[in-house]
Amino acid sequence: MTSFSRAIGAEFAKIGTTRMWWILAAVMFGYIALLAGGLSALFAGIESGAISPDAVGSGSQGLPSFGSLPPLIYSFASSIGYVFPVLLGALATTGEFRHQTLTPTFLANPRRGQVLGAKTIALFVMGAVLGVVALLASVGVGALVIGAFGLDPLLGESATWALIGRTVLAMAVWATIGVGLGVLVPSQVASIVIVLAFTQFVEPLLRFASLFTEVTQGIGNYLPGAASDALVGASFFTLAAPGGTAAAMLEWWQGGLVLLAYAIAATVIGYMVSWKRDVT
Amino acid sequence: MPDGAVIEFSNITKTFGTVTAVNDLSFTVEPGRVTGFLGPNGAGKTTTLRMLLGLVAPTSGTATIGGIRYRDLPRPLQTVGAALEAASFHPGRTARNHLAVYARAAGLPAARIDAVLHLVGLSAHGGQRVGGYSLGMRQRLGLAFTLLGDPGVLVLDEPINGLDPEGIKWIRGFLRAMADEGRTVLVSSHLLSEVQQSVDDVIIIATGALVHRGTLASLETEAAPRILVDSPDRTALAAALGHAGIEFSVGRTGLLAAAPDAALIGHVAFLAGVELSALHRERKGLEEAFLALVNGGGDTHGNETGNASGGESR
Repeated sequence: MTSFSRAIGAEFAKIGTTRMWWILAAVMFGYIALLAGGLSALFAGIESGAISPDAVGSGSQGLPSFGSLPPLIYSFASSIGYVFPVLLGALATTGEFRHQTLTPTFLANPRRGQVLGAKTIALFVMGAVLGVVALLASVGVGALVIGAFGLDPLLGESATWALIGRTVLAMAVWATIGVGLGVLVPSQVASIVIVLAFTQFVEPLLRFASLFTEVTQGIGNYLPGAASDALVGASFFTLAAPGGTAAAMLEWWQGGLVLLAYAIAATVIGYMVSWKRDVT
Repeated sequence: MPDGAVIEFSNITKTFGTVTAVNDLSFTVEPGRVTGFLGPNGAGKTTTLRMLLGLVAPTSGTATIGGIRYRDLPRPLQTVGAALEAASFHPGRTARNHLAVYARAAGLPAARIDAVLHLVGLSAHGGQRVGGYSLGMRQRLGLAFTLLGDPGVLVLDEPINGLDPEGIKWIRGFLRAMADEGRTVLVSSHLLSEVQQSVDDVIIIATGALVHRGTLASLETEAAPRILVDSPDRTALAAALGHAGIEFSVGRTGLLAAAPDAALIGHVAFLAGVELSALHRERKGLEEAFLALVNGGGDTHGNETGNASGGESR
């Protein structure tokens, strides 16, 4: 075995020997299952007529047209769940600084760039695993509820399976963005605050605000969350566009490249500012 | 049995901003001996050891193990075992898993994990999370990590800190056994008394610079010799010493004369017809010699009385 493949093995062992990953996976599953189940019941209920539009309170003409419901519900896996792989990546990296495990890590393998590369690969795979768990919640629960209302969950459509595959990819890249953030901001508390504030508050606001003019809309497409939604191909966000017009998103592969660029930029800069510095 | 290798520091310097933590330090550490690396807290010991291990980049100079920088060692854990002061554990990981992570990184067989846990007496606690460990157990786990690759070179930073008397006795025997097997053992401490029973050679630094290196015995001869002399008639004795031009100070139990040997003082007293009640060389403790060295500061490069690498046969 080369030292690089050993380093990757060690990074997997680090994740597997602590409880963080499955705690995050469990919380994420519950969160997405609840939202996907609840919203698909609401929308499928309206669409199938089981729930009267008047009961929703906005009147029949005020309801947004959500096109096809299943992809929207399925995309919750990444559009809502992406914060979890970011957290996993950031915690895995900042934990090394916090618990001073960089010392034994660099003693066992002094090639630091290789260690960071190994961590990125391990977290990419773990992000994909979280992606699968998230899809079990959004597709599993969502399809069940949609089917229960007599609507087609579109599970036979190749487009649905393309969305599922691209969701796994998006979640994997999000975990490596977390690694990049962790080396960029090695303080664990600061990192967590940034992840939560940015994903839950700052970016949604920016994306919403950017929709008001065409120029800012073009810029808004390059925000990481928007790029991720473009990669996956469906988003709850397009529903919220002012005037009900779905914003033009990037192509899925463009979104993927933009997301990847964020991961690489954060990791490379983080390597410079923290990873290769003195361990004291 | 792994072979020890020579550790060599040559003109190594580290500055943090405007502070010089380690200043142009050069010395070698030989296999088969226990070398104490001594100096007060803040003297630069930990920084020096971290530079050897590639964790801190030197501002200038080099530190090598068997002629190779740590970062270039093909099998680092199998070459050098290090236990550094900071407790570097994830509290949620068990001791066995902690070791398993680094065994994996270094390509070591899983059997080594149980072997080293047994060696440091933690076999019964290997499945316990490290967060619940006492300080002494953490020290032992740090040592288990050190031994994981069965290295020929051991670098231990303040290994005795926090150990109970039984643990201290154990580690002394352990250091001796490691050196007797031909390994290189470098162990730092801020207290000479902590390690004086186990070290062969000493390297003493103060404010980042070398102040002494040599065998442990060489420390004793370091201090300027003084002769304790007393007489029923101290006034006459003082006059005789003064007449002979020998400097002295008045101590509680007699006069302390600055002279290379007791015979000279006896002769002076005999010529002056002064009766002596005491005459012997004052024995200065190792600790005192150590303190005198580290308090003297780093300007005494010239007073090397031996060489840690050459050593004197014991």
